[in-house]
Amino acid sequence: MAHTALTRPAPVAVPTRSAWTRLRASRGWAGFWFMLPTALILGLFLAYPLLKGIWLSFTNTRIGREGVFIGLENYEWLWDDDVFWLSVFNTCLYTAVASVVKFGVGLYLALLLNKNMPFKSIIRSIVLIPFVVPTVLSAIAFWWIFDSQFSIISWSLRHLGIIDGNIDFLGDPNTARACVIFANIWRGVPFIAITLLAGLQTVSPSLYEAATLDGASNWQIFSRITLPLLTPIIAVVMTFSVLFTFTDFQLIWAMTRGGPVNATHLMATLSYQRGILSGTLGEGAAIATAMVPFLLAAIGISWFGLQRRAWQSGETDR
Amino acid sequence: MTALDRRSLLAGAAATGLAAGSDLLGFAKAWAQTTEWKPEPGASLSLLRWKRFVPAEDEAFMKLVEAFTKATGVKVTVTNESFDDIQPKASVAANTGQGPDLVWGLFSFPALFPDKCLPLEDVAESLAKKYGPFFPSAEAYGKVKGKWIAIPVAFNGGYPNYRISAMKKAGFDKFPTDTGGFLELCRGLKKNNTPAGFALGHATGDGNTWCHWALWSHGANLVDANEKIVINSPETAKALEYVKNLYETFVPGTVSWNDSSNNKAFLAGDLYLTNNGISIYAAAKKDNPKLAEDMDHAVWPIGPVGKPTEFQLAFPILAFKYSKAPNACKAFISFMMEAANYGPWLEAAQGYLCEPLSNYPKNPIWTNDPKNAVFAEAGRRSLAAGGLAPVSERIAAVLADFVVVDMFASHCTGREDVKTAIKNAERAAQRIFRNT
Repeated sequence: MAHTALTRPAPVAVPTRSAWTRLRASRGWAGFWFMLPTALILGLFLAYPLLKGIWLSFTNTRIGREGVFIGLENYEWLWDDDVFWLSVFNTCLYTAVASVVKFGVGLYLALLLNKNMPFKSIIRSIVLIPFVVPTVLSAIAFWWIFDSQFSIISWSLRHLGIIDGNIDFLGDPNTARACVIFANIWRGVPFIAITLLAGLQTVSPSLYEAATLDGASNWQIFSRITLPLLTPIIAVVMTFSVLFTFTDFQLIWAMTRGGPVNATHLMATLSYQRGILSGTLGEGAAIATAMVPFLLAAIGISWFGLQRRAWQSGETDR
Repeated sequence: MTALDRRSLLAGAAATGLAAGSDLLGFAKAWAQTTEWKPEPGASLSLLRWKRFVPAEDEAFMKLVEAFTKATGVKVTVTNESFDDIQPKASVAANTGQGPDLVWGLFSFPALFPDKCLPLEDVAESLAKKYGPFFPSAEAYGKVKGKWIAIPVAFNGGYPNYRISAMKKAGFDKFPTDTGGFLELCRGLKKNNTPAGFALGHATGDGNTWCHWALWSHGANLVDANEKIVINSPETAKALEYVKNLYETFVPGTVSWNDSSNNKAFLAGDLYLTNNGISIYAAAKKDNPKLAEDMDHAVWPIGPVGKPTEFQLAFPILAFKYSKAPNACKAFISFMMEAANYGPWLEAAQGYLCEPLSNYPKNPIWTNDPKNAVFAEAGRRSLAAGGLAPVSERIAAVLADFVVVDMFASHCTGREDVKTAIKNAERAAQRIFRNT
């Protein structure tokens, strides 16, 4: 029997790859490196302040003095605080009314601006003006418009013989709330109108033509074509709108400082008053942190309620 | 024979203010030679101050700053912010350890962060020795727990501003000196359609000052000298009833007023009695001499408690511990308070500001125009922010949170009855004064 020598094949010289080389070639690591700057920025400017704020809310930190952990004490005091609950009510009312009206008026304006009309571009630019004007300037303008002594509205109505005395716009809790909501709507409508207009322009005209040929009414065209196709952008724009409105500060601060008798205090303004002006950072942080669940709920409603619909992927809504 | 060397001559000149007025720079140079606070070599300072109401005051102050820089070589950068923005900015600076070296703000803001303030015992003692003593309220603003953390630079007198003709038409020859007469005057003004109006909105200066006067004049206090909460008292109830009666005579809209609302309304001829500094009068003299002629000022009426219970705006200046030039800070504060500088600056303020020390040389601003005289009394007559209680970060929080203003406003507007208004103020005080 022939002896067959079983010789091991000589090992093939596989080029050794250092860890560094493997790291350089790895697509996963490349992704990591590309994401790192963004993650750092988000961590530093978003996550850290948020977590720090939440931590502060569990301490008795005052401005200029380190605090100690006091558990839920700040929240316990807020729980029994009428002014805090009034600010929660005001914030919810302000956000709900202003957002609904802004959406209605914004959508209406977008539909109007989507039609062919003379000077279309100029009109679209003009619509944006309230959004472009710095908030504080527009707030001061509204403060004058609603001033208890110098209101142009009171002046006009008096000269028209409709009223005898000035209207106390910002002195009565209900009218003061209406005034600040109106100012917010005036400022916020252009953002919604222009964004929805952009959405409207992505709807293919052929859909409208087909619907018209099929004899669909204007309402049917709007409710069956325009609105469903606009839903994703409505979700985005309303999420932003609710967030901006809920956290509004400048308008209120410039117009009423939360008055009269705290009737227009929002959670953001109360948080500033207690945290910065009064120096009780811990308590201010607790009020700010208390806004988070409300914000998450608002985002959840707009996002999950409007964002993904099965029919948009060709399936049936369940 | 007394030997006169250069140093003692300069010291004498500085002390007596010989060079005052005509030669600010000359005085500054002489002062720089003798001051006990020698600025650090190469030092520069940044100062954050409240935005002036009277342009001439700002100009005089900047001249003073310029003279200090020329005499000492210390560059001083001055930034101005509105009343309401000083405290937040100072708070952020205190918290981060970065920002202006000196902050000149309102009320008891240094008490928000006493540990961050440069001790100023030596400056205060030196000033008290030369021009003192400090008025008790000034001392209360400058000290926390017995230690000087700020120097009260001036007070701003906020007093009743009234139209003489309207007061006479309402049946008063002289401005009433007691709270009963004051209410009758307001009723008379309302009857003649020449109403009074006092801010019940979140007006940091006007709202807080007159509401505290109303509270204290009835013998009521939020907290006592030991910071025990004592707002729930029959005296507070009486003060609430009194202010509600006053409110019924007011021009509509006072619950939404900020610090500038009454100025506008008074100057426009819609308001005939309000509380304010001298700024309305100064503006009227310039733009509406007839109105200026028909208006005057009075001290706050005395209530059932039987003594003055005024609450005036104080303007303390502090230096932060983090400053790299603490000596320069002290030198600057000391320099601005020297009579030779302080006098002309105060005069330029046209009565808007008055002295915190009792023995400054008599300033002509208080005698040139008899209508200014009342404002000279602010430092002497004022109580400090806490009333009976020492000035502290908690008292600062009471003012910033408008605890007393909101108590009155909620009752006046009918939102809360006496008991509820007091209960809510008591609870707000418990929150602020709790032991954590």
